[in-house]
Amino acid sequence: MRKWLGRLAVIAAGAAIVGLAGFWFVTLPAVVTSSALPPHTPNLANGQTMFNIGGCASCHAAPNSDPDKVDRTRLGGGLALRSPFGIFYVPNISPDPKDGIGKWSEANFVTALWKGTSPRGNHLFPAFPYGSYQHMELDDLRDLFAYIKTLPPVEGRVRRHDLSFPFNLRRLVGGWKLLFLHGGPFAENPSKSPQWNRGAYLVNGPGHCAECHSPRNVLGGIIESERFAGGPTPDGEGWVPNITPAGLQHWSKEDIAWSEKEIASFLEDGINPAGDFAGGAMVEVIRNTSSLSAADRAAIAAYIVTLPPRQGPKPPPKK
Amino acid sequence: MIRTMFTIAAIALGASIAVADQDPVAARRALMKANGDEAKIGVAMMKGETPFDLAKAQKMFATFEDAAQKMPALFPETSKTGGDTAARLEIWQNMDDFRARFDKFAVDAEAAKVSVKDLDSFKAAFNAIGKNDCGGCHEKYRVKKS
Repeated sequence: MRKWLGRLAVIAAGAAIVGLAGFWFVTLPAVVTSSALPPHTPNLANGQTMFNIGGCASCHAAPNSDPDKVDRTRLGGGLALRSPFGIFYVPNISPDPKDGIGKWSEANFVTALWKGTSPRGNHLFPAFPYGSYQHMELDDLRDLFAYIKTLPPVEGRVRRHDLSFPFNLRRLVGGWKLLFLHGGPFAENPSKSPQWNRGAYLVNGPGHCAECHSPRNVLGGIIESERFAGGPTPDGEGWVPNITPAGLQHWSKEDIAWSEKEIASFLEDGINPAGDFAGGAMVEVIRNTSSLSAADRAAIAAYIVTLPPRQGPKPPPKK
Repeated sequence: MIRTMFTIAAIALGASIAVADQDPVAARRALMKANGDEAKIGVAMMKGETPFDLAKAQKMFATFEDAAQKMPALFPETSKTGGDTAARLEIWQNMDDFRARFDKFAVDAEAAKVSVKDLDSFKAAFNAIGKNDCGGCHEKYRVKKS
């Protein structure tokens, strides 16, 4: 009997080692090497467009108590992002060589945005929305990197994240990626117009709209069947609206229709069809989208109106 | 004519009494709704969907000014929750800033009411108020609930 138990223990230990090794292997942070990058001449204007649609400044610009006074070119970080897993402190991504990303290679940058892996080979937390950025075109990433390099270096390292166990273990993010990080660069839909495809790319890639406009499961993964159907804000304080036709249709009760034109106009000046001005985090998004070209805003609108209608979670009952 | 004016005055008086009588949350929601209804007319003119009408523009700014003057008194300590309010608790932590924003809103709306003469000046004034006064305050002090 004892012999049998001993053998079982050996087998269990062996299985555990194999399991751990397997986990270690499948959660290895993925990397893009510089040899994988063909020659490229950066287009700074396109880099700036990517910067704006990507909303980089919204999180990475050093915060100010008056959001209108934030200098969107100084990417010193420091903003606190509250979440069910703890508080993330947005890092410095200014070109400062010591505290920012001044020493990063282009491949380091592409790896961070496509794979969610840091130059040191650690998993980045998905509060950085690489689940969307992974769909960006290589040239757009390289233009964006070149643009960020033109911005002023800002000194100062941001404090460490304040996360609860076990969410503070970066290795576990490898498991998160296995579960929720799917798909590579954006694939065009040839049956749709170039405008629609441009919109789909901007919304799902750099724009990362679904990161806030979708409900998440207990592991912080987007619930795919309810993508774009709204949900609680990450800090739990408010509610992000459902932007599928199922959600927007809701407005028709008040005789308000979100046409393509209305959506594009909202992204330009923040005034919704009810004559109301955007509030909360969307004000920051409008700062980004108002800097885009009218053609890009129209493309986003052309795509949004074609989202499949989906019911999301129910907002908390009115008090 | 006189009868019309009396009627309007009576309605206005009735409306203001009604506003004062209601609980503060309902009152401020009603004022904001009125702002939105007016802004909707303004947006249509700004986008060229309806022709520019100076009287309508002035009425919009007057509505804004009126709301901006009444709003600060409608945030007593007892009105932090309930009534489906979208007010963030930051309001009560930064009451001076919050009130100052309404003061500025009132001043800006009044100035626009006087200075706006044509579509171009209307666009400039409406955009500035929308971005700085409406948007700036909504960003900091309003939370979306649905």
